Amino acid sequence: MAGAVLNKASLPRALQRASVDMSTSVKAARIRPFHCQSNWPSTAPVGVDATRWSAPAQSHIWNNFQPAAMPAFVRSRRAFSTSPTSQHGHIDPPKPGEERHVTFIDKEGLEHTFEVSDGDNLLDIAQDNDLEMEGACGGSCACSTCHVIVESDHYDKMEEPDDDENDMLDLAFGLTETSRLGCQVKMSKELDGLRVRLPSMTRNLQASDFESK
Amino acid sequence: MYEQLPVPYGLVRFGVAPDHPEVKNCIEKFEEVASSPRFLYIGNVTVGRDVALKSLKPHYDAMLFSYGASEDRKLGIAGEDLKGVVSAREFVGWYNGLPQFQALEPALENGEEVVVIGQGNVALDVARILLTPVDKLRHTDITEQALETLSRSRVKSVRVVGRRGPLQAAFTVKEVRELMHIDHVQFEPINRSLYPPDIKKLPRVQKRIGEVMLKGTPPLSSHSTNSKSWALDFLKAPEQMNASSANSRQLSSIDFTHQTFAPDTDPFSKTAKVLPTEETSTLPASIAFRSVGYKSTAIPGLSDLGVPFDEKLGIIPNDQYGRIINPSTGPGSLTAGHVHGLYCAGWVKRGPTGVIASTMDDAFTSADVIIRDWESEVPFLNSPESDKSTGLGWYGVKDEVIARGVRVLDWGDWLRVDEMERLRGKNVGKEREKFVEVEDMLEGAGFVNFSRRG
Repeated sequence: MAGAVLNKASLPRALQRASVDMSTSVKAARIRPFHCQSNWPSTAPVGVDATRWSAPAQSHIWNNFQPAAMPAFVRSRRAFSTSPTSQHGHIDPPKPGEERHVTFIDKEGLEHTFEVSDGDNLLDIAQDNDLEMEGACGGSCACSTCHVIVESDHYDKMEEPDDDENDMLDLAFGLTETSRLGCQVKMSKELDGLRVRLPSMTRNLQASDFESK
Repeated sequence: MYEQLPVPYGLVRFGVAPDHPEVKNCIEKFEEVASSPRFLYIGNVTVGRDVALKSLKPHYDAMLFSYGASEDRKLGIAGEDLKGVVSAREFVGWYNGLPQFQALEPALENGEEVVVIGQGNVALDVARILLTPVDKLRHTDITEQALETLSRSRVKSVRVVGRRGPLQAAFTVKEVRELMHIDHVQFEPINRSLYPPDIKKLPRVQKRIGEVMLKGTPPLSSHSTNSKSWALDFLKAPEQMNASSANSRQLSSIDFTHQTFAPDTDPFSKTAKVLPTEETSTLPASIAFRSVGYKSTAIPGLSDLGVPFDEKLGIIPNDQYGRIINPSTGPGSLTAGHVHGLYCAGWVKRGPTGVIASTMDDAFTSADVIIRDWESEVPFLNSPESDKSTGLGWYGVKDEVIARGVRVLDWGDWLRVDEMERLRGKNVGKEREKFVEVEDMLEGAGFVNFSRRG
């Protein structure tokens, strides 16, 4: 069961991601934070609960996958971030003619563009689309785990961050001049085409002493 | 997950201030983890007492220590044990319902002047809880007992004293700002010379804290009675605590030795060093809170697993990613190496500092290295020997623990306690009313007529 035989670049994005997760081979590059490897393997027989490894909503390919054909250990990128009990994360599809576009650049440098509605905030959008963004305080501007860096010139079109947001940004890792909290940035006509980057902790994991032995 | 208390969440429940409920929303994430069928909660079991580490070892491939910092640093000065000198950690545990500290009974009705020694966020939490009108706390999950004691408080002035200057203080801007916004609480202006003439040139974080501190609080109206005050004192190191003349066991004042920045240091840098001067001063205090940092301790039996403990730093030695290292387990005779299958995370890994974001990243790193080690097929807990782990986990020791009379809570038991607490809270207009005694938590979980140790 090796994703290695697949030419990832030729696959649609959602499937690319799936193929990475399906691989059982050992590659350091695959190691991601725990939170994006959740979606616990079900104790139920494979295929009973297909929603457990649901894919991004826009992925038709994924939806057409035959669950029974997939190994039990397949994990989606669905993070802790979206729990059934959680209050955030509900995003309605945009009304025709009012689609706004936002692009997230993830920690691996991959771009993900979504069509969203006015008023959606970046944390909800990211979590609804299985991107790796935490929101430890549930989007209440009380932590800095949804930190994003605005890459496009939309930063100046946004309302200034208020004191509360700035207070939290002060604690963010890798703060920049155009840093914002995802939970505080709401999409609007002015922000159509917004591009934001998810900051990455440079963790550069060192191997255990014993690995080379 | 083994937890010594019946209830989970550690510092989120017992450390985060009751008036910061939004910070506790991270519990939603924890609940999601706990809902995994591969997660097992083993509450009310103290590892190292109810079950020995070496008894657990055969049944696991890996263990991760994330038991935090359960002690506080002492000042090491005369008079520290006087009545009225309170550990900030114990005070925080007390108002948050930590069973261990319910008998603390801080004598807040004894006097008007409080000194907090230390300038981290815990120090500011203590100041804020003391100065906030008690009615503003009534809807939080602070304990009823704490509300009752706080409502009798006579505290009027809180001075938060640090050994160095404002640019070296550990507190963060949100906590300072909150203290500036409490009704009828005046901030004593700080000495402007502690900041550079052009504050705008400071790095962003220091600049923003500086702006809040220099702005201070708006002047009180002249009609204002019953007002309170707070102050930040810098460059003062506590020298000794003095008893009152009437009662030789009761704190009445604290002597400080003034400090000055070392000649080879930039007073506006985060790491500036200070030296003592000849100058001293005394602050009156009926209560003093010691808030100069937390400290982890070794749990019994660590050494049985070959895990050393760094008493000086108060951490388990590790490779900064989370692998526990021992000086004698390295591949060469002079190098330290990973103790197979043993990992750490949180304050016991990197020391007692940081906010949720930093703790979260740190935990992810520890998890990453475990996965990486597993996938790289490096030795785990029982693999150097020929026999592997039994794979039994908790079920390998359960009978032994139960036979000791320990009442063990699983996740469902906790959810019952949680529900009971929320119900109790509803009756008094709060998010929850915590059980503050272990016995009550067990009863809330549905255990009746238990006795922990026969």
